[in-house]
Amino acid sequence: MNNNSKEPLFHIVKRGTLPWYKAWGIRLLAVVIALIVCAIVTMTVTGENPIQVYATMIDSSFGSERKVWILAQNTAMLLGVSLAVTPAFRMKFWNIGGEGQILAGCLAAAACMICLADTVPNGLLIVISAVASIIAGAIWGGIPAFFKAKWNTNETLFTLMMNYVATQLVAFFVIIWEVPKGAGQIGIINQSTQIGWLPQIGGNKYMLNVIIILVLTVAVYIYLNYSKHGYELSVVGESERTARYVGIKVEKVIIRTMLLSGAICGIVGFLLVSGTDHTLSTSLSGGRGFTAVMISWLAKFNPIIMIFASMLLAFLDKGASAISTNFGLNHSFSDILTGIILFFIIGCEFFISYKLSFRKSAGKEAAENV
Amino acid sequence: MDNKNAAVKMRNISKSFGTVKANDKIWLDIYRGEILALLGENGSGKTTLMNMLSGIYFPDEGEIFIDDKEVVIRSPKDALNLGIGMIHQHFKLVDVLTATENIILGLEGKGKLDLKSAAKKIREICDAYGFDVDPDQHIYEMSVSQKQTVEIVKVLYRGADILILDEPTAVLTPQETDKLFAVLRNMRDAGKAIVIITHKMHEVEDLSDRVAVLRHGQFIGDMPTKDTNAQEMTNMMVGHAVELNIDRPDPVDPKPRVEVKNLTVRSIDGIVKLDDVSFTANSGEILGIAGISGCGQKELLEAIAGLQPTESGSISYIKDDGSREELLGKDPLSIADLGVVLSFVPEDRLGMGLVANMDLGDNMMLRSFRKGKSVFTDRKSPRKLAENVVDELDVVTPGISTPVRRLSGGNVQKVLVGREIASAPTVLLTAYAVRGLDINSSYTIYDLINRQKQKGVAVIYVGEDLDVLLELCDRILVLCGGKVSGIVPGRGAKKREVGMMMTKLGGEKADE
Repeated sequence: MNNNSKEPLFHIVKRGTLPWYKAWGIRLLAVVIALIVCAIVTMTVTGENPIQVYATMIDSSFGSERKVWILAQNTAMLLGVSLAVTPAFRMKFWNIGGEGQILAGCLAAAACMICLADTVPNGLLIVISAVASIIAGAIWGGIPAFFKAKWNTNETLFTLMMNYVATQLVAFFVIIWEVPKGAGQIGIINQSTQIGWLPQIGGNKYMLNVIIILVLTVAVYIYLNYSKHGYELSVVGESERTARYVGIKVEKVIIRTMLLSGAICGIVGFLLVSGTDHTLSTSLSGGRGFTAVMISWLAKFNPIIMIFASMLLAFLDKGASAISTNFGLNHSFSDILTGIILFFIIGCEFFISYKLSFRKSAGKEAAENV
Repeated sequence: MDNKNAAVKMRNISKSFGTVKANDKIWLDIYRGEILALLGENGSGKTTLMNMLSGIYFPDEGEIFIDDKEVVIRSPKDALNLGIGMIHQHFKLVDVLTATENIILGLEGKGKLDLKSAAKKIREICDAYGFDVDPDQHIYEMSVSQKQTVEIVKVLYRGADILILDEPTAVLTPQETDKLFAVLRNMRDAGKAIVIITHKMHEVEDLSDRVAVLRHGQFIGDMPTKDTNAQEMTNMMVGHAVELNIDRPDPVDPKPRVEVKNLTVRSIDGIVKLDDVSFTANSGEILGIAGISGCGQKELLEAIAGLQPTESGSISYIKDDGSREELLGKDPLSIADLGVVLSFVPEDRLGMGLVANMDLGDNMMLRSFRKGKSVFTDRKSPRKLAENVVDELDVVTPGISTPVRRLSGGNVQKVLVGREIASAPTVLLTAYAVRGLDINSSYTIYDLINRQKQKGVAVIYVGEDLDVLLELCDRILVLCGGKVSGIVPGRGAKKREVGMMMTKLGGEKADE
């Protein structure tokens, strides 16, 4: 029967739930394949030895204690923003305004450090700037939420626009506060007095940031999974009609969740300004507000998995710039490698939910024909 | 084995979804000039089997022969080329286009789009079988039954001579059903092969020539309809003997519980959905609500439940001591704060009553999560409630941590009803409580509703199957275009009469 040749080579079949070890096996396999593909691409395009390229990547993040701390800091900041956008995404509220909310927090912290430097005691100043950052971030997140709740505006566009507004506001204040006049930048705020700077603990610049973010991770995890608020926002995200049906006030939940989302971004902004960078510029958020969206989805909104997802992205980012400098490669090339790796990691989720069922008779028939 | 040639032979067809075997080595023959009723409970694999025939799924195993030639059906297009057309439960039509435009949509043709000749061909099809369709009418102006007709004409236009209809009567009035059946008989007499999936036994007996029964994904048997009866078919579907009569215990000490007066509701677009509706629902009694779909049932229940903005009128809840509470204009939370325990089983189970992606335990929590002052949720008692509901109502589920979207329709409904009656309501609103449910599950639901009635709950039952309404309800309120067409006692009411009242205002309104 040559009719059989019309049967498709394979068709897609939905899987039942995979046991966790198989699912992670598939993910691990995806990473291995991604590395192999990257190696082939590296060799054919640049002629470099892929093993050396990988070694450089690993060295750039784990080569020394300082490098490890920088990785930890980058991971923590990414993780912080991811934690911030996650409640919104669980609610199916597309908060792509992380950038703006971080900048709002940065701006508030810098403003406190500059304007209140000599008027209040240092300890109080730190508290004030922390609170101001949180409020600023919350306002930045709350405005689109308010419009969404009242008039059902599109939150994706709204939060995106709020990013530009925040960037322009920061640019404006950078000019006002620029040091020296005409420099177009602020430089290190209170460099000599270190007023408003977060104290260092353990003799390390990044330790406090990392600890704060880890505490925040646990808090967000508990909030999302065990609190009444967390339950309400999940219900709203899954089905607004169900939420109304059981008497959840959807508008209130949307605004409350976005205030929280913005507030956590504000904390990240505060940590960036008071904790590590001690300056203000439009590039301070560094695209984290967008990367965080990917991390949040990659981790399926689970704060604990987000730790690893953030670390992966921080590592890839660092490694990418290291190989572009060390091998004299274009920075775009390292972006290609990052892209390949992410493609495989995200793509493998398909094989966790579905499997390909190949034509059974194909092999047998071929054998018979021989 | 066949004395006449089967149009379709399905042999050894198997299909699994994950670990669930939806179809297990099924054999089925479909003949031309015959109407085959495919019977089976929810989850027995009827729709899966037909979806494989119409190219939506691809079988894991087995062969399909059309006119004794083995075929491979990879897509709905392949199926149509073989003359197989399926009419789904949910219509797939573009609202803003006309019937003709919908019917030719997606067809490849050479040269200029010729709507006129297409309309002419459609008229010919309609005349041949007795369809009542205006090719130039827009879909959004059509009634549900007209839309269904367009779907049928669509597959006929494409040359289908093997038609599959998945629960076509679920949305139709008795009169519309009669019309559909007449058309189906015409098509049978013209030599087409027709498969109809339905849960309604009297329709099977009325319409089909042959029945085939599936159970748990396996083929149980087939036989000519005239050689069997509803009881035997039901027993085959269920696997054991089933009592087919619906109980109707006498009302228990009926006292007015909910009084609706001059209720008027407009939709957001300003269309009047309920017009001056007045009635009283008594405790210990089931008040049925009959009407063509979309004539105000949904708005009525949602208005009582506090989910629907209203224009005027009043809804009073009458407590046991005779004192009244006004429910109009309150949201579900403030109604609950009044101490009124009102349960609502909405029409859209997964989109409104439950959260599809959450597990059984979390769904039980929807009603109870606010309890207590703690900021944290109490997860233990909802899980216990879920276990109780699973035990008492025989919910088939791998466990209480399974997302409800993975359960079959009947089990989803049991979970929802189980949760709603767990709060010991005094008023129970149900909308299409047995829609899409098989016989066993339906009877479980009737039984649960009857038990609530005997506990003195005021039950308002919106239904679509008139036979059931007439057997189950103590009184039936008939809605027609948002107005009360009349209220008749359930005992002794005639199906024809109620059917007429659904389509034409049959009674003088009391307060005009």
